Amino acid sequence: MDVSLNWLKEYAPFDCDIKTFAEDMTMSGSKVEVYSTEKDKIRNVVVGKVVSLDKHPNADKLTVCGIDIGSEEIVIVTGAKNLTVGDLVPVALDNSLLPCGKEIHAGELRGVMSNGMLCSLGELGLTTHDFPNAIEDGIMVLDEEWPLGTPIEKALGMEDYMVEFEITPNRPDCLSVLGLAREASATFSVPFNEPKPQMPQGEDDINNYLSVKISDTDHCMRYAAAMIKNVRVKPSPRWLRERLRVCGVRPINNIVDITNYVMLLYGHPMHAFDHKYVKGNLIDVRLAKTGEEIMTLDGVQRKLNENMLVISDSEEPIAIAGVMGGEYSGVYEDTNMVVFESACFDGPKVRYASRQLGLRTEASGKFEKGLNPDNCWPALAKAMELVVELDAGDVIGGVIDVYPSPRSERKVPLNADKINEILGTEIAKSDMEKTLVSLGFKVEDDTVIVPTHRYDIAKDAVTQYNDLAEEIARMYGYNKLPSTIMKGTATARLTERQKFTKDVIGYLLGLGFYEIETFSFYSPKNFDLLNVPADSSLRNPVVISNPLGEDTSVMRTTAVASMMNVVQRNYNSRIEAVSLFENATEYHVVEGEELPKEVEKFIMAVYGQNKDFFFLKGAVEKILWALNIEDVKFVRNRQNTTYHSGRCADVVVNGAVVATIGELHPVVLNNYGIKTKVCVCDLNGEELFKYVGGARQYKQLARFPAVTRDLAFVCDKAVANGDIIDIIRESCGEYLESVKLFDVYTGDRLEAGKKSLAYSLVLRDKNATLTDAVAEQCTGAILDNLRKIGVFLRT
Amino acid sequence: MKQQLENIRLSSLEQIEKAATPAEIDEIRVRVLGKKGEVTAILKQMGKLSAEERPVMGALANEVRETVENALAEKLVKIKAELMEKQLVEEEIDITLPGNEFEMGKRHPIQLVLDELKEIFLGMGFSIAAGPEVELDKYNFEMLNMPKSHPSRDTQDTFYITENIVLRTQTSPVQVRTMLDQKPPIRIIAPGRVYRADEVDATHSPLFHQIEGLVIDENITMADLKGTLEAFVKNMFGPETKVRFRPHHFAYTEPSAEMDMTCFKCGGKGCRLCKGEGWIEILGSGIVNPVVLESCGIDSTKYSGFAFGMGLERLTMMRYDIDDMRLMYENDMRFLSQF
Repeated sequence: MDVSLNWLKEYAPFDCDIKTFAEDMTMSGSKVEVYSTEKDKIRNVVVGKVVSLDKHPNADKLTVCGIDIGSEEIVIVTGAKNLTVGDLVPVALDNSLLPCGKEIHAGELRGVMSNGMLCSLGELGLTTHDFPNAIEDGIMVLDEEWPLGTPIEKALGMEDYMVEFEITPNRPDCLSVLGLAREASATFSVPFNEPKPQMPQGEDDINNYLSVKISDTDHCMRYAAAMIKNVRVKPSPRWLRERLRVCGVRPINNIVDITNYVMLLYGHPMHAFDHKYVKGNLIDVRLAKTGEEIMTLDGVQRKLNENMLVISDSEEPIAIAGVMGGEYSGVYEDTNMVVFESACFDGPKVRYASRQLGLRTEASGKFEKGLNPDNCWPALAKAMELVVELDAGDVIGGVIDVYPSPRSERKVPLNADKINEILGTEIAKSDMEKTLVSLGFKVEDDTVIVPTHRYDIAKDAVTQYNDLAEEIARMYGYNKLPSTIMKGTATARLTERQKFTKDVIGYLLGLGFYEIETFSFYSPKNFDLLNVPADSSLRNPVVISNPLGEDTSVMRTTAVASMMNVVQRNYNSRIEAVSLFENATEYHVVEGEELPKEVEKFIMAVYGQNKDFFFLKGAVEKILWALNIEDVKFVRNRQNTTYHSGRCADVVVNGAVVATIGELHPVVLNNYGIKTKVCVCDLNGEELFKYVGGARQYKQLARFPAVTRDLAFVCDKAVANGDIIDIIRESCGEYLESVKLFDVYTGDRLEAGKKSLAYSLVLRDKNATLTDAVAEQCTGAILDNLRKIGVFLRT
Repeated sequence: MKQQLENIRLSSLEQIEKAATPAEIDEIRVRVLGKKGEVTAILKQMGKLSAEERPVMGALANEVRETVENALAEKLVKIKAELMEKQLVEEEIDITLPGNEFEMGKRHPIQLVLDELKEIFLGMGFSIAAGPEVELDKYNFEMLNMPKSHPSRDTQDTFYITENIVLRTQTSPVQVRTMLDQKPPIRIIAPGRVYRADEVDATHSPLFHQIEGLVIDENITMADLKGTLEAFVKNMFGPETKVRFRPHHFAYTEPSAEMDMTCFKCGGKGCRLCKGEGWIEILGSGIVNPVVLESCGIDSTKYSGFAFGMGLERLTMMRYDIDDMRLMYENDMRFLSQF
C-alpha cells in the first residue's frame, strides 16, 4: 500500500521527520517497507522565465535563450521550438540532477556557452497525465505563476513522500489513507480528523433511472448507488492529480480520478459506468447462471460459473462483482449519465472468481480481504462531493442504498486482568481504555465496543482478550513489555530414534562421507535413468497437482535418484573422487492410506580410486558394528535392475533386508554420462533401527595364549568366501576367535576355473592353554567339511 | 709405587678425557680398574711394602680408583648426552612437509546450523518433534485458524497433492499433531522441510527448512516469549546481540510479533547485509491463538502458550556469508568441503 505522507497528515497532524515516522509506525504495527520522495532525485532545477529568444549564430536548429532565474539572467541553448518570451520554464542549472538520473553541466554548444538545460516533462519524470496542459515533446511551460528561482520540486509538487506500508491480511481497514491516518493518530497521540462527507442535494430522482436488487444477500452485503448527468469529463485539478501520483496511481480524468481517490481514501473500490448500457434500468447482484459469459473491460471473453457473483442488468452480467466490469462499463465520449457504484461483496466469493478466472485487479485484491460495508455510504458521499467540487457533472437527487443486514458492533468486556495475564504486564485499566479509544474503539461501562472497521477483533469469543491484548501491547510498545524466564522446569533429550539418526550420521562423517541435501521432489524421468522396471511400485509416486514444472512434479520414491544427480554434477565438475551421503526421506504411496509413508533413508554413493563395492561394504560393516547389530548377512541380489547384476547385495539382518548395496548397472552409468564405476548403498533407517543392539558388554581380556593357523584352499571360482567362512566357524565352534581372508589368487599356477583363498585363523580356549591336539582337531574338521563342497587344501 | 699410582691416575684421566664412545670408556674401565687391570696389578705388590707404608698406599690406591671411577661415570654421561644430541640433529625433519591426507566427512552447512539450534533448545528443555511433509490441509491450515478461503493462504503458495492434501508450507502441523497427542506442559521444537511454490533463485527455493517452537503451559505470557527468544538469540549469536519485537500478524498467534536482531556483521551500525538498518529480521512469533488451542482439544481458559518459527536457510546463509541459496542444494564438493 503506497500512501502520500502529506495526505496522511491531512487527517492526523503528526509532526516528525520521515525516518521517525517510518520507525514509529513500524513499531506500532504498520510496517513501513520503504519511503521515497521525488525531490531526492532532483538538484539545482528552478523556475526561470524566458526573457529573450535569439537564433544561434552557428546552428539553424538551435535557439539561444535568455533566462531570468531571479538572482541573475543566464544563457541557455535549446533545440526546442515551443517557447515564447515570458514563459515560465523548469531550468536545470549547472551541476544539476534530473529524476531520470541525468546530470547537467554548463558547456559550449556550437560556440555558445550554455549554462544549463531547459527541461521537458519526461526529463522531470512526469507525463501529460500529471500535467495535462503541458506538451510531451518540447519544453514544459508552467501554467502557474511562481517566483523566479523557486526550486522546481516545490513548484511542481514533488516534495511529498511516498510511504509503502506492508499491510497484513487481518487489517483490510489499513488498505486506505484513513485507516493508516487513524493508526498514525494513535501512534503519535494526535487527533484523528475523520472527514464527514455529506451527500449533495440534487435535482431529479435516481429512482426514475435505476433500481437495485440484491438476489444473493449472502455474498453482497450492500449495494449503494448514486448518479450524475451531463457528465463533464476533463482533467482533474492539480491537487488531486498530485495525491494520486504520489500514491502511484496515474491520473486519467476527473471521473476515473474521483473513484481512484475515494478508493485510496477509504480503501473501498468504487465503480463508475455509463447508465446507457444498463438494460432495463436494473441492477441485480446475483450468482452467474450456467453457461453465461462476459466480455470484460480488458477485452477477454470469460466463461462464468454458478459460484461467481456478478452484477447483472435485466438481461446479462455487466460486471464480475468486485473483480472487473464488462466491456461497456466505462465512461465514454458520448456518456451523459454515470452510475457510481459503492458496494460490498463477500471476500471469499471475490477471491474465488478472481482465482478461477486468473484475473487479479486492484479491486479484487481489496475485496478479497473482506471490506467494511459501513464504508459504502461515506465513500459514495465523498465521491459526490468531489463531483460537485470538480464540476464533473450534475448530481441527480437521491441515493439507492440496499443494505439488508447492517454489520453490528461487537462488544467485549474490558477485562484488564485477563489482558495483563496474556502480556505478563501490569498496565492500568485506564491506560488500556485510552489506547483503545485512540484506535477508534468506544469504552462504555467497562465494555469495549469494537468499531465495524475492526472486524478482525473478537471474531471468536475465545480470542477476544488476545485481540485486545495485541492492540494494547502494540501501542504500549512491544519492546517495553517485560522479558521473563518461563516458570517450571522441563527436561528434554533426544528420543532413541533421533539418537540413532545422529549416531549413524556421526559414523558416516567418521568414515569420510560428505553430507548432501537434495530436493524431495523431482521429475519422473529419474525412474528411467535408474533403469527402474515399468511395473515397479517406485513408479507410483505421490504426484503434485500444481508443480512449478516437471522437476517438481513427483515426490521421490527413491532418494538414490537425488543422490545420482549430485554424483553426476560432481563428476561433470571433474571431481576425482567422492564419498557422499544423504539422510533422506522417501515418500511411498500406501494402498488405502490417505497420506504416504515417509521413510528415513541413508543413501551413500562413492566413486574414485579404491572406492569400489568393498569400500562401501566395509563402511556399512563398520556402521553395523558400531550400532551393535549382529547376525548380518550380505546376500546376492541379481534382481535389482539399477545395479550390476553380479555386483549387488542385500544387507540382511535377522532375515530382514535393511539395505541394498551395489555397483550401478553400466546402463545406468551410461544414462548419467558417467564413465567411472559408482557404488551406492541404499540403507533403510527405519528397518535398521529395529535391530540396533544395546550397550556392548565388555569381554574379559584373554588370559591364555592363542594358536594361529594359516590355511590356503583351492576351489572352483563360483564358491563364495562367505560359505567357506560359515563352514570354518561351524567346524571350530567356540575355539575360533577369528577368521580372516588374507589372500585371493587366480592365475597360471592353478587349473583354469579355479581360485585359491587363504585364511588366517586364531584359535583360543578361554579357560586353558589350547593344546595342539585341539588345534589339529579343528583344522581336521574344517578340511573334512570343506571337502564336501569341493574346497581342498592347497598343496 | 706411589709414583706408579700417580701415573695411572694421570694417564687414565687423560685417556678418559680423550674417549669419545661408551665402548672406549668401557675399555678404559676394564684396563685400569678391572680384575686384571693396572690398579689391581699394583695392589698385588702391596705385600712387599712395610707395615707403615701399606695403609698409606692402600688409601692412595683407593683414592686413585675412586677418582678414575668418577671420571669414567662423568664422562659416560657426557658422551651419552652428546650422542643423543647428535642423533636428534641427524633425525631432524622438515616440519613444513604436508601432513597425511585423512578423509574426514563434512556435515552440510544447513545441518551444522540445525545442530546448533537443536543443542540450544534441548538445553532450554525443548524436545524435538517431527511430522509428515505430505500433510493434510486440515493440519497445515484449517486447524491453525486458516480456513480454505483465508487470505493468509495467499502469502504461502501451496503445492497441492489433492484438494485436502498439501506439501506442508510450514512445520506448524507438527505443532497441531503434538497438541492433539500430548497434554500440556508442552515444550517442543519442530525442524523440517517445508514447501512453497517459489521458483528457484538466489534467495528463494521451492523447498526449504524451518524450525518452529511451541510452548504450552499454565500462565505462559508474552513476556515469557520475549525472555525465551532473547535467551536463544544470545546463545546463538553472542551475549552482546540485541533484539527487538515488531507487531505482525499470523493467523495462529495473537498477539503476533516479528523479531529482529542487531546485525551480527555490523553490530547494528548498518551495513550492506542489513540494508543499512542495523537490524535483521530473524523470526516470527506470538501467543498461540486460543482458537488453535481449542481446536486441538486444549482448554484455553487453563492453558496458554507461545510459538515461533524461523527459516534455516537464511540463518545458514547469514552465518557462513553464503550469497546464493542454490549452492546449498547443488552439493558441489568444492562448496561442501568448505565447512
